[in-house]
Amino acid sequence: MNGTSTAAAGSPTALVELAGVGKRYGNATALEGVSLAVRPGEVVCVLGDNGAGKSTLIKIISGLHRHDGGAFRIDGEEVRLASPREALDRGIATVYQDLAVVPLMPVWRNFFLGSEPVTGRGPLRRLDTAAMRRTTREALLRMGIDLRDVDQPIGTLSGGERQSVAIARAVHFGARVIVLDEPTAALGVKQARVVLRYVAAARDQGLGVVLVTHNPHHAHLVGDRFVLLRRGSMAGSHAREEIALDELTRQMAGGSDLDRLGHELARTRPSGPDRGAP
Amino acid sequence: MTATPAALAKDTAARGPVARRLSARPELGAMVGAVAVLVFFALAADGFLRPAGLGTVLYAASTIGIMAVPVALLMIGGEFDLSAGVMVTSSALVSSMFSYQMTANTWAGVAVSLLVTLAIGFFNGWTLTRTRLPSFIITLGTFLMLTGLNLGLTKLIGGTVSTRAIGDMEGFASARAVFASDITVGGFQLRITIVWWLALVAAATWILLRTRAGNWIFATGGNADAARAVGVPVDRVRVGLYMGVALAAWISGQHLLFSYDVVQSGEGVGNELIYIAAAVIGGCLLTGGHGSAAGAAVGALIFGMTSKGIVYAQWDPNWFKFFLGAMLLLATLLNAWIRKRAEASS
Ligand SMILES: Nc1ncnc2c1ncn2[C@@H]1O[C@H](COP(=O)(O)OP(=O)(O)OP(=O)(O)O)[C@@H](O)[C@H]1O
Ligand SMILES: [Mg+2]
Repeated sequence: MNGTSTAAAGSPTALVELAGVGKRYGNATALEGVSLAVRPGEVVCVLGDNGAGKSTLIKIISGLHRHDGGAFRIDGEEVRLASPREALDRGIATVYQDLAVVPLMPVWRNFFLGSEPVTGRGPLRRLDTAAMRRTTREALLRMGIDLRDVDQPIGTLSGGERQSVAIARAVHFGARVIVLDEPTAALGVKQARVVLRYVAAARDQGLGVVLVTHNPHHAHLVGDRFVLLRRGSMAGSHAREEIALDELTRQMAGGSDLDRLGHELARTRPSGPDRGAP
Repeated sequence: MTATPAALAKDTAARGPVARRLSARPELGAMVGAVAVLVFFALAADGFLRPAGLGTVLYAASTIGIMAVPVALLMIGGEFDLSAGVMVTSSALVSSMFSYQMTANTWAGVAVSLLVTLAIGFFNGWTLTRTRLPSFIITLGTFLMLTGLNLGLTKLIGGTVSTRAIGDMEGFASARAVFASDITVGGFQLRITIVWWLALVAAATWILLRTRAGNWIFATGGNADAARAVGVPVDRVRVGLYMGVALAAWISGQHLLFSYDVVQSGEGVGNELIYIAAAVIGGCLLTGGHGSAAGAAVGALIFGMTSKGIVYAQWDPNWFKFFLGAMLLLATLLNAWIRKRAEASS
């Protein structure tokens, strides 16, 4: 159980692979030497505290930011993505927690946003609205979401439902890798369970999943591999069978000097550091 | 577990069906207002409902509406254009002065004016996407610069604050037929701007509701980051919207020129706020992401009815502004309420 065994040992079957990737904002280093690999039907969880660099990692994979060190490979081919569009075209779909949807737009318009089907020719080229509504309803139903009215603004859905719609959307558009940024962070237990179920459903359909989370409990429910980040560097990378939930929880907290985790640990493990425990 | 989302969906469907329907049809509130204004002036003002009166009202509505429609699209896309009012004057001035100074044919000026006006719109959009400054600031800058250029260049070139008459030039009659003529429809005498206005409303509605570009406009105004993340070319959408405003400013400017044959270089200041007010009364959200072209057209119609109704009723015209201010406040309150209902979540 050494904490730095790398997951990115150059397997040719990896859909997405990062090898020693780094990223600086100005002269602040946000990421350094991070490696991970996602294969079909595999869920890789990225865990870390606030500011550990989780969102930065995701933005590199999704094409919002360029990495400035190490290698980023898709299907074994080294890439530098210029835009989210390029990532999408290569089969990487990202679901952001706060910017996943346009709240005032109907569910069906959100579902197809950026990839709208059209019908007709010349000046009569137009959105295929009937097919868009029907397809949205069907794709959601396949994921187990039963919306009676796909015309309602997506802002009227609950947080968990919105995440689930975004996941269903990625699956429908043929994503091979789904990247999820803290999909369960703002959700209650019930809603988080709904979202994790869709993550598992996507995995079972053969997609690769990168799941970013604060929550080792959620990660351990669905994860096949756990990559721990601490202040921009890798603090560990473990296969599921190598690590138990309580060990994962302790590792996440072990290197952290944040009180929040100290409290958490003190509550769940009386033998842990007694900082601030009652 | 499958029951959970389904139950939630039922819950949200039950939540405020009226607000939901209103939010799907942003122009409904304005239509109710328009009917109220129509009934009011039909009772209060003699001659308001006669063909001549309605023709005047529709003409006034069309001159505002031609601009209010693209301004509404821009607002749905999340931006403002404070230069829209003086841009109309700039467009007319360029057309007139180019024709007078450079050629003998008015159509040459019309064509050059189109290019120049579109370039102004492109400048607004491009500067916005490059600097990421608020559009309020950028177009306020354009507004001031154009106001100065209109007066300064006109005086520099012609020596006075208005352009020379071009009524005797070649092509004037045909250009006037296109931009400033009267047409007769079923015995009614109507200004051709009404046709331009309705055509723009139809085109804008088609674009908004039936094309990919329309989907992108709503998304750019509703949540630009989300739109960009799913591959919407947000910057191109914004530049396109500013050029749409410029296109309408060109139409309005040519109308201005060919109906009077001289252009006053100080005109247009303040009209940008009237276009914005018409769009807001028509249901456009100031914050973007919501609204309709038809709503802006109804907003313009309310403006037309009010401005002419007050004249027909022989009241002090100062009440016009008061009345419009009150309408604007009511409309904004209604919009805010709708938005709160539509966005209420979990
Ligand atoms: N655009 C940016 N410019 C400058 N610094 C940034 C930028 N984005 C992130 N950072 C910095 O990089 C580091 C990593 O941030 P990141 O958002 O990736 O962390 P995170 O793990 O997602 O945190 P959280 O759990 O709070 O979301 C932080 O120190 C942050 O301040
Ligand atoms: Mg983050």
